[in-house]
Amino acid sequence: MFRRRAEVMLRARFLIPLAVFAVLVVFLGVGLRLDPREVPSPLINKPAPAFQLPQLQAPDKSFAQKDMLGKVWMLNVWASWCVACREEHPNLVAFARTGAVPIYGLNYKDEREDGIAWLARFGNPYQLSAYDRDGRIGIDYGVYGVPETYVIDKAGVIRYKRIGPVTPEILRDKILPLVKELNGNA
Amino acid sequence: MRKRSSGYEGTRPLMLPFFGGHFGSSEMAFKLIGLLLGFILAGSAFAKEAPTVAADPQLEKRAMALAEELRCLVCQNQTIADSHAELAIDLKNQIREKLKAGMSEAQIMDYMVARYGDFVLYRPPVKATTVPLWFGPFALLIAAVAGLFYYILRRRRTPPAQPLSEAEQARVRSLLDAQEDRP
Repeated sequence: MFRRRAEVMLRARFLIPLAVFAVLVVFLGVGLRLDPREVPSPLINKPAPAFQLPQLQAPDKSFAQKDMLGKVWMLNVWASWCVACREEHPNLVAFARTGAVPIYGLNYKDEREDGIAWLARFGNPYQLSAYDRDGRIGIDYGVYGVPETYVIDKAGVIRYKRIGPVTPEILRDKILPLVKELNGNA
Repeated sequence: MRKRSSGYEGTRPLMLPFFGGHFGSSEMAFKLIGLLLGFILAGSAFAKEAPTVAADPQLEKRAMALAEELRCLVCQNQTIADSHAELAIDLKNQIREKLKAGMSEAQIMDYMVARYGDFVLYRPPVKATTVPLWFGPFALLIAAVAGLFYYILRRRRTPPAQPLSEAEQARVRSLLDAQEDRP
């Protein structure tokens, strides 16, 4: 009787590494799903940083974030040298066609001609693009991985930020409902 | 050859048409050297110019001390002092400018945190969301020590082994004898 209990204990002891392994797998599994690039932005629910920049396609005209007060709008940071932007671009073009929300571009650290040529080649989903040659406004917006996308409400407060390409799923499940809500309640 | 989308222009793999051919002739060797020189020169033309440095060494020292405390978000395991990513260079220039404009170290840190969050700080502040980060390891250590003590105490409490009964002793003896009988 006593011996059998000891045997069971001994056998249970073999399960300890297995249990440790299981815990490890759970941690690693969760870790794999986390994206370290998704740094929570401190700008959510803060007023969009002020800027006044020349427009990409009309250098003599300017665009400021305060021009958009009273409207829900989307700001998309892009550049012609950014590979992920090209991947994202068709999604934006299709989304712009639905007219759900006006999309404005922030052309980030780009050459003016390159940016204009890029839009001519891949289509222009933007009402207009502001031209941030030295990336200073990008820094104010906490940009570190182009493309980045912001949804800004009528009061000029940032309500959503996406780092990396916007996918049709994100547009459908996150951005569109948010835009509807902001337009309905605000 | 298709460019890879890594953004590292100018570091495409070299394809040397000479490989598989003969290297015997000195003409070939000259051609090869010339080609390599060409690649080296082309490489240096692509290389970035050195990042700007503040003229005042005192200011530069302060700027770099701050840069050591800030994480480069593009290459997350480097400080912006170590990094040559464009954003890191821009941020270093911002630090220099702000120091020159008379902002204090704390003000510049606040400026960075306001834009990029606590994540930019290599030494995150102690607050509700960072408590597990700061105290988790100590909690684990305490749990491990407690477990060890529990184990030791339990072992001590287990009764000493019972002496063998008469029958068992006889069995031991017979088994041992059987062992000794073998060659």
